[in-house]
Amino acid sequence: MGDFIGERSRQILFASWQHFSLVVQCLILATIIAVLIAVLVYRNKALAGIANGVSAIGLTVPSFALIGLLIVPFGFGVTPAVIVVTFFAALPILRNAIVGLNNIEPTIVESARGIGMSRLKTLVSVEIPIAWPVILTGVRISAQMVMGVAAVVSYALGPGLGGFIFSGLSRLGGANALESVIVGVVGVVILALILDLILLGIGRLTTPRGIRV
Amino acid sequence: MSDSKISSSAASENTVSGASIMLQEVTKTYPGQKKSAVGGLTLEIPAGSIVMFVGPSGCGKTTTLKMINRLIEPTSGQIVINGEDVTTMNGDELRRRIGYVIQAGGLFPHMTVASNIAMVPKMLGWDKAKINARVDELLELVSLDPELYRDRFPKELSGGQQQRVGVARALAADPPVLLMDEPFGAVDPITRQRLQDELLNIQSEVQKTIVCVTHDFDEAVKLGDWIAIFNEGAQLEQYDSPERILANPASEFVENFIGSGAGLKQLTLTRVNEVDLVDAITTTPGKRASDVLSQLQGSGRKIAVVLDSRGRPLRRMDRRQLSRAEIIEGTYDPDLPVVGEQATLNDALDTMLVASAEYALVTGRRDVFTGIITVQTVMEAIAAANSSMDDHHEAPVGLNSGAINVVDIESEPAESGGEPA
Ligand SMILES: Nc1ncnc2c1ncn2[C@@H]1O[C@H](COP(=O)(O)OP(=O)(O)O)[C@@H](O)[C@H]1O
Ligand SMILES: [Mg+2]
Repeated sequence: MGDFIGERSRQILFASWQHFSLVVQCLILATIIAVLIAVLVYRNKALAGIANGVSAIGLTVPSFALIGLLIVPFGFGVTPAVIVVTFFAALPILRNAIVGLNNIEPTIVESARGIGMSRLKTLVSVEIPIAWPVILTGVRISAQMVMGVAAVVSYALGPGLGGFIFSGLSRLGGANALESVIVGVVGVVILALILDLILLGIGRLTTPRGIRV
Repeated sequence: MSDSKISSSAASENTVSGASIMLQEVTKTYPGQKKSAVGGLTLEIPAGSIVMFVGPSGCGKTTTLKMINRLIEPTSGQIVINGEDVTTMNGDELRRRIGYVIQAGGLFPHMTVASNIAMVPKMLGWDKAKINARVDELLELVSLDPELYRDRFPKELSGGQQQRVGVARALAADPPVLLMDEPFGAVDPITRQRLQDELLNIQSEVQKTIVCVTHDFDEAVKLGDWIAIFNEGAQLEQYDSPERILANPASEFVENFIGSGAGLKQLTLTRVNEVDLVDAITTTPGKRASDVLSQLQGSGRKIAVVLDSRGRPLRRMDRRQLSRAEIIEGTYDPDLPVVGEQATLNDALDTMLVASAEYALVTGRRDVFTGIITVQTVMEAIAAANSSMDDHHEAPVGLNSGAINVVDIESEPAESGGEPA
């Protein structure tokens, strides 16, 4: 085991970095998309219901199936990988963003409008900041989930820690096969932990004292 | 819009900085409803006065109020502020020039007290130094120590303090008009009374035009220069001064609304600063108790009042306490019976009863101590008020000349008789 890691440390680190980087970039993209969609639908009961439904059903789609579908138009490569990871990342964030925006006391929004803040300014300066802790909780749930999704994706579409897992599984019984799987799985778990700590820190830094629980 | 007529001139003390408001044939019909929530209301709100909207729940008070700053767009009719028709101007710009206070302040929980207050000046593009100075000035105005409260978050304040910050935020850009929707509905009775007193003190400094919704008739009598009593659909039952409404209710509806004990309600018409206060022996922390005691004995008074460096009462000491103490202490007594000088005799009596005292300390602007009111004074005033009530009944009809009469939505708006003098 030690030899396996020692011999391939550079390769492992590189794959870990790629994995991490894919997840973080997709997470940022997903947060932006999810919050934008939430902003468009949260005031309308029917639309918000549809968005929540999509979020719930979307989470039951196997990531393999989605990759298969996307490879047809996009071929192998980064594009389908980013689409799949971002898609899954956006779902929990969307749901939390809708909940967060809907749970703001109407009187707060009313007083924002009442002192002359425009719709947009109310959203940007009042509603999203107040919903932010709930949105960020969604981001953390997403982060945990898409670490695994990214492993699946990288099997089909390129490097990342998924490569270790699937190359090991396909050679199971062969030399270093088990070590390869373990490195891949443990690597994903460690990355997930690191990212969660980072998100926790971001939460601390970006949540004003007034709305901390 | 920078030269808009509705932005007020700098408020110097005791000059009216408020603007007049005119609602002309204003109607609001909510989508999908047959009856109008507000039907053809014409109402003049004179500059610099406090107008109270009262009436049963659902009668259209809030809808009427929110049409003034166009949070609710009227279905038809005009809103004119200081002669300028604001019915079609940009709503956000209009609202930046009109203060708005709702129950519990409606503060932004993620912003500090200072940021909350600074919101409107920031949107208006004031520079930082001016905003900071303004924030401190406003906190002083609403009796909150800037050092202590500037950087707090709303959840770190009591309900009454949140309400004060709400008022400060509404006044931040010195708007000529202040709209309030049941501002004191969410606080306990004693705090409510203090906040009412404070609002009156603030108003005597800033002289805004204040429109305030309440469901509490006593509050309307206490705060209002004019009271508009609405029935369903915002139909005006009576629009007149508190005195004249109490003396001459225009309809059975108004009579029922005022409720029984109209005689005692005269108590809410007399303010503490209209009766004779008793002077008090005052002292400050650090003085020798024996000196104060001998002063007290010389004067024949029962208590001495300890004031802080700004003249605000901290505590009271009777002879026994003075004889036991050596040095006057500066600790604050939260149970001190205190009323504002704009409080009604009703409030003063309440305060005394709550504190089981036969007197209350009276404070003026910025909580500075001005004297003592005794239960004796209140009793004499009740007697006097009751006899002057009779005068009202015997008064000639001419008393109503300055009143706004019931506005009949079918007829033309009254030219002169329909506006308060
Ligand atoms: N946004 C709204 N949509 C539909 N109807 C409303 C709305 N707001 C108020 N109403 C109705 O208009 C009437 C007047 O309401 P409101 O002005 O809030 O009364 P008040 O403040 O005097 O209690 C009520 O019958 C109420 O149900
Ligand atoms: Mg209301």
